[in-house]
Amino acid sequence: MSDINLQRRNFLKTAAGAAMVSVAPGMLLFDVAHGNPNAVGKVRWGMLIDAESCKPGCNDCVSACNKENGLSGGTAPTDSQWIRKIEIKDVSTGREVSLPMMCQHCEHPPCVDVCPTGASFKRVDGIVLVDKHRCIGCRYCMMACPYKARSFVHEPLSDQNPDVPRGKGTVESCTLCVHRIDQGGQPACAEACTNKAILFGDLNDPNSEISKKIHEVASIQLRADLGLNTGIRFQGL
Amino acid sequence: MSDHPTMYIKNRLYWVLLAAGALVMLFGFYAVHMMEHQGHIITGMNNQIVWGIPHVFAIFMIVSASGVLNVASIGSVFGKIIYKARAPLASLLSIAMLAGGLTVLMLDLGRPDRIIVAATNFNPTSLFAWNVVLYSGMFSLVIVYLWTMMEQRMNPYSKTAGIAVFAWRFILTTGTGLIFAFLPARQAYGSAMLPPMFIVLSFAWGLAVFHVVQTSIYAWNEKWLDPAILQRKKNLLGIFVIGSLYMVATYHLTNLYFSHQIGFERFILKDGGVYPSLFWWGYVLLGNVIPLFLIYMPGLGKSKCVMAASMMIIIGAFSLLYVFIIGGQAYPLNIFPGYEVSSTFGDGKIAQYQPSLYEFLLGFGGLAVAFMITTVSVRVLNFMPQDKPYIAD
Amino acid sequence: MKILVSLLLSLCLSVTSWAGESAVPKLDMGKGGQCVKDTQWMRKNHMHMLKHQRDETVRKGIRGENSLKNCIECHASLKDDSVIAREDSFCVGCHRYEAVKIDCFECHSGKRKSAWLQQRNAK
Ligand code: HEC
Ligand code: HEC
Ligand code: HEC
Repeated sequence: MSDINLQRRNFLKTAAGAAMVSVAPGMLLFDVAHGNPNAVGKVRWGMLIDAESCKPGCNDCVSACNKENGLSGGTAPTDSQWIRKIEIKDVSTGREVSLPMMCQHCEHPPCVDVCPTGASFKRVDGIVLVDKHRCIGCRYCMMACPYKARSFVHEPLSDQNPDVPRGKGTVESCTLCVHRIDQGGQPACAEACTNKAILFGDLNDPNSEISKKIHEVASIQLRADLGLNTGIRFQGL
Repeated sequence: MSDHPTMYIKNRLYWVLLAAGALVMLFGFYAVHMMEHQGHIITGMNNQIVWGIPHVFAIFMIVSASGVLNVASIGSVFGKIIYKARAPLASLLSIAMLAGGLTVLMLDLGRPDRIIVAATNFNPTSLFAWNVVLYSGMFSLVIVYLWTMMEQRMNPYSKTAGIAVFAWRFILTTGTGLIFAFLPARQAYGSAMLPPMFIVLSFAWGLAVFHVVQTSIYAWNEKWLDPAILQRKKNLLGIFVIGSLYMVATYHLTNLYFSHQIGFERFILKDGGVYPSLFWWGYVLLGNVIPLFLIYMPGLGKSKCVMAASMMIIIGAFSLLYVFIIGGQAYPLNIFPGYEVSSTFGDGKIAQYQPSLYEFLLGFGGLAVAFMITTVSVRVLNFMPQDKPYIAD
Repeated sequence: MKILVSLLLSLCLSVTSWAGESAVPKLDMGKGGQCVKDTQWMRKNHMHMLKHQRDETVRKGIRGENSLKNCIECHASLKDDSVIAREDSFCVGCHRYEAVKIDCFECHSGKRKSAWLQQRNAK
């Protein structure tokens, strides 16, 4: 099923691309000419979340994210939440699990496919971002995201973190703390988790801790049926 | 054309209508100004219901803009004379509603000031981006088509232009349907039924809008539609309504067939509060059953009945779009199949939506844009259908 | 009447052209030191530099010294640590004078980062 989905998506992309060539060859050439020189894509950032270590009621990752990214921490339907705790209960067995939920940094992100301006994009290292300079606030990406990972800024903001600009009328979501990763750091939530439930690392490096771990323990992707190949994996679900 | 006398709306009435339209438009811009200033917080939309009333209005107008061209196509592509006489008015209405719908869509953006960004950055995998191309193409094509009809010298090209418009509008409505069909993550959308469903819906809604406008213009000019023409248009409207009801029923029935969709269908059709009510009472009863009754019941089907039926079809359209767009988002995403889910972000819960006045002002503002374009153009140019004494063709 | 109008008009014109020559109002330059490029060039081209840097950083993760944060680090006032707080703040004075509107600071903080951190930690 996931293969079919993927093939279909790729076919559609090719078809759209072919149509593009006939409609606007100039635009396409521009894209190629200005393509990323480091597009080799050696690194792919990801996370392994151990739902068994994650404690119900613990909100440390969420607070750390809010502090790092200057979110208010409000939980009204109009407030931004880049990461949230979800409590789930298996209907047939009654088993309860708690886990953090955020942008899954898909390899084939639907938000990027649907974004009319290309504001949603995937960096070569696999991080899915909104280029807020290009976002027009249409919110189609929020409709397309299977994980409801994105928020829309409904109000004017002030006194943002200098590292994390945010503003009214654009869509935002977990950035895996790019501003930290680019300085060699790791995401605030992973650092803050006292239960060591969030393991951050390079999925493409066979010697990284995360690669070794997913090699050993059973882990899954959420909505794997959609074939998005998420960068965030879960164990103990 | 010019040797036929043109009908003019009486002066007083014309200015009153214009003033009313301008006022509604002004209210719309007031809403935009407030949204621009304070953000979407003053609307009812939120992170769960990301598209609201403005999108209901916009999609209604865009879908009808495509459907109303049916009248023109039947005239030019299939050569029916009474429809041909109506092609200019239909084209005008199409342009007007497209303009109204796009205005609403654009002004609802979080950053409408960046609309130029949308024009200069094109993502070829985005249906939205393609739709922008389709909409602007439609504008240009319909304008050319109008030109070929209104300008005597260009008349020979009218049929070609008509066929181009005919093809384009199919693609356009397909594109509108695909906006939703390409969202496999949501239960309500991601169905291959949507593009054809939207096409058939557009026929019914477009014809209903056309009929309301035509009847109004005739009335303002104190003219009456030839009963034979009414009879034919009415029958067509009936067929379109039946067709669209069939498509909507099929869409829900196919959903019911897939067990993972049953929860959603139960929500939309039975347990979802306002959504099933709007669906059954608003769409099915008011938008289909009563109009069909008015159209086909022996003894009914007179001018007033058809007018009433058309208006109800439009109300039904709004009900259906509300259920489809907002109800479709209200139902929670199924990230963990087989689990009960709860969080601070509305996971596993039906999302709440309370549309605000500003959203309605914006939506009606868009309708007013369409209304103004139509009213002014009908007066300035010769858009009234000119019927020769009726000949069956 | 006509004479009066033309007189006023010419007066206005001469005032504006005079003001144009006097260049920019006095700005609060911040810390001082050496700008990332020479001043003349910056005056003309800082927007292109910023936009280029913006795409490099956001799209490719390349964080150079031409970053907006860096400009602010230097140019924020020593009095209030901001490039936008006052009429003569660095990114305000000129633009107001030239009637340029920028939206950058709807999202970007106008504060020097060290000062912002201090303030947050004090809370
Ligand atoms: C190391 C400190 C420093 C940094 C970093 C810096 N500047 Fe400057 N900049 C200066 C100084 C000092 C001057 C004034 C030089 C002078 O007066 O001749 C200046 C001058 C300017 C001017 C011209 C002002 C005028 O009065 O004409 C502009 C514009 C400017 N900088 C913009 C920027 C931008 C944009 C950035 C970030 C990319 C930046 N600067 C980074 C120190 C800095
Ligand atoms: C809607 C919000 C928003 C607006 C408006 C905005 N930016 Fe940004 N900007 C961002 C975000 C988010 C980043 C990414 C920050 C990061 O990854 O470190 C960013 C990063 C940047 C960077 C690279 C990081 C740095 O500090 O140098 C530059 C340069 C930049 N923006 C320039 C601008 C300029 C110039 C404007 C005004 C024309 C502007 N931005 C307007 C949100 C915004
Ligand atoms: C010396 C005066 C001066 C200073 C100081 C200055 N600017 Fe400018 N800036 C200008 C002028 C003049 C323009 C308009 C150029 C044009 O229209 O071609 C401009 C344009 C811009 C633009 C492009 C606006 C647009 O709509 O394209 C940006 C972005 C910008 N400035 C950012 C900044 C930032 C950020 C600072 C503070 C670090 C700053 N400027 C400081 C004079 C200045």
